[in-house]
Amino acid sequence: MSWHNTSVALMAKALAAKEVSSKELTQYFLDRIESEKRWNAFIDVNAHLSLEQANKADSLISNGKSGRLTGIPIAHKDVFVTRGWKTTAASKILAGYQSPFDATVVANLGIPDANNPNGAGMVCLGKTNMDEFAMGSSNENSAYGPALNPWNASCVAGGSSGGSAAAVAAGLAPIATGTDTGGSIRQPAAFCGLTGIKPTYGRVSRYGMIAYASSLDQAGPMGKTAEDCALLLSAMSSHDPRDSTSLSDSGEDYDRYLNQAWQEGNANPAKPLEGLRVGLPREFFADGLAADVAKSVNEAAKLLENLGAKLVEVRLPKTKLSIPVYYVLAPAEASSNLSRFDGVRYGHRASEYKDLGDMYQKSRTEGFGAEVRRRIMIGTYVLCHGYYDAYYLQAQKIRRIIASDFQAAFKECDVILGPVAPDVAWRLGEKSKDPVQMYLEDIYTLSTNLAGLPAMSVPCGFNASNLPIGMQLIGNYFSEARLLQIAHQYQQASDWHMRQASEVA
Amino acid sequence: MKLDDVQRIAHLSRLELSQKEAEAVLPQLQAVFSLVEEMQAVNTEGLEPLAHPILFLRELAQPLRVDQVSEHDQRAENMQSAPAQQDGYFLVPKVIE
Repeated sequence: MSWHNTSVALMAKALAAKEVSSKELTQYFLDRIESEKRWNAFIDVNAHLSLEQANKADSLISNGKSGRLTGIPIAHKDVFVTRGWKTTAASKILAGYQSPFDATVVANLGIPDANNPNGAGMVCLGKTNMDEFAMGSSNENSAYGPALNPWNASCVAGGSSGGSAAAVAAGLAPIATGTDTGGSIRQPAAFCGLTGIKPTYGRVSRYGMIAYASSLDQAGPMGKTAEDCALLLSAMSSHDPRDSTSLSDSGEDYDRYLNQAWQEGNANPAKPLEGLRVGLPREFFADGLAADVAKSVNEAAKLLENLGAKLVEVRLPKTKLSIPVYYVLAPAEASSNLSRFDGVRYGHRASEYKDLGDMYQKSRTEGFGAEVRRRIMIGTYVLCHGYYDAYYLQAQKIRRIIASDFQAAFKECDVILGPVAPDVAWRLGEKSKDPVQMYLEDIYTLSTNLAGLPAMSVPCGFNASNLPIGMQLIGNYFSEARLLQIAHQYQQASDWHMRQASEVA
Repeated sequence: MKLDDVQRIAHLSRLELSQKEAEAVLPQLQAVFSLVEEMQAVNTEGLEPLAHPILFLRELAQPLRVDQVSEHDQRAENMQSAPAQQDGYFLVPKVIE
């Protein structure tokens, strides 16, 4: 049985029917991780720990104590702290770090125990590669080298959750966690032909998720189908008293609308999306969008129209400005968050130094990579006396305009459709020399983080070189279940998400 | 932004840059800030800064919990990744002579 081509939903049925055990599934994926190391998708694997968890999952199943995800293997982005597996955020400064606790996301999904009676019973396969501290759009900023794109090994997997995307696309894990501060779930999902969702800010706990930009960071699932993402998100999200920005109304069955028509009472199976208004922002289809990406996204819009949706034009006039706004606010928050790495309590400490100040400085300089150092410096600068108003406060004011513009657009439509990224996965090294060129690639994803809105990436085609293209669905606050419903209906009428990465054995 | 500024913010960030590294990073930071300058054209008079997406949705209630011990002692686990320690304390270079 080729389990790596199987959805989580079907795998769960096979586990429940005792056609396969969690131990067999876990061993199957561990073997693939071992034989397909070339994708550089994982940065820590511990077969012994994984199999121990699988045994526990199997006893839960045989004792009739299993939930719908019990025994399914999962890969976690290395930004989530885990007991057992090392946690480094792909940074040298955290080389070898062992966390004394699990992130809430890891606990929610993991094997239930005394501290965590409601764990979903999933088995951790290991920690996936990423851009250092989630800063990057190509995974090339990892201290462990880039994860490669399973559709073309000379192309980037996207970032920052590039290892999670490569792991699922290469069939090394059935599903994975990611985090998205400015597009870090959606863009690698698009580049690797996967489905991913960044929920509304506050839906998923940030406790134990190594902070990059706290007012933008949000975790979510990356998988093969909208249905798999809905199942995982239902288990991931919860109200968490240990995260002061966790929303009190976070627990939800995100899969509840999947097989329903958009409008209640619609009995026409050919037009399940009748009544849905899909907004196409003019600014998302302007100069800079590759022609082949535009073509695929427009075809996806047509398919939604065939399923009964109505297409309307909307405006998001500050789309371009989301880039400078983001690249002021995110580095400002990062410079503050990353001040904790000082070589005292954990992480790298320089071997030689004159005094305490010198120890901080040398440890940080040796431990952080070039892009992280750059963003810390940008953040420090915009928070400096004399620049604070012109940069930091101005960016926060435009952030309010961007959030308001979305509300104006949602008066005209129920969901916004556009591309995830201006182009398909680029070649390794193609954009890594010029940071600004890489920042410009985030144009369609940044604004939803600034506003805190949920957004998805859904496979919708391929370019002439057989590289995947993703469409983005953006919903209003708390509309994840509806976004997943639209994506699921689209996937019932298309097969882009079923294609197997061409370079994977 | 000038070379002096780069060295100043590197120091404020507790990062060390050689003169050569500062010269290499200067044009990169200048390129970022010329992008950032585009914000100045926007009229934001009378607008409140939005520090947090939740504040756009609702008042952020400051959650308070009962003042009681909720964490058990994990000293050994918390110190297991310390670069230098002695007798259960983190070791740093001498600060006071």
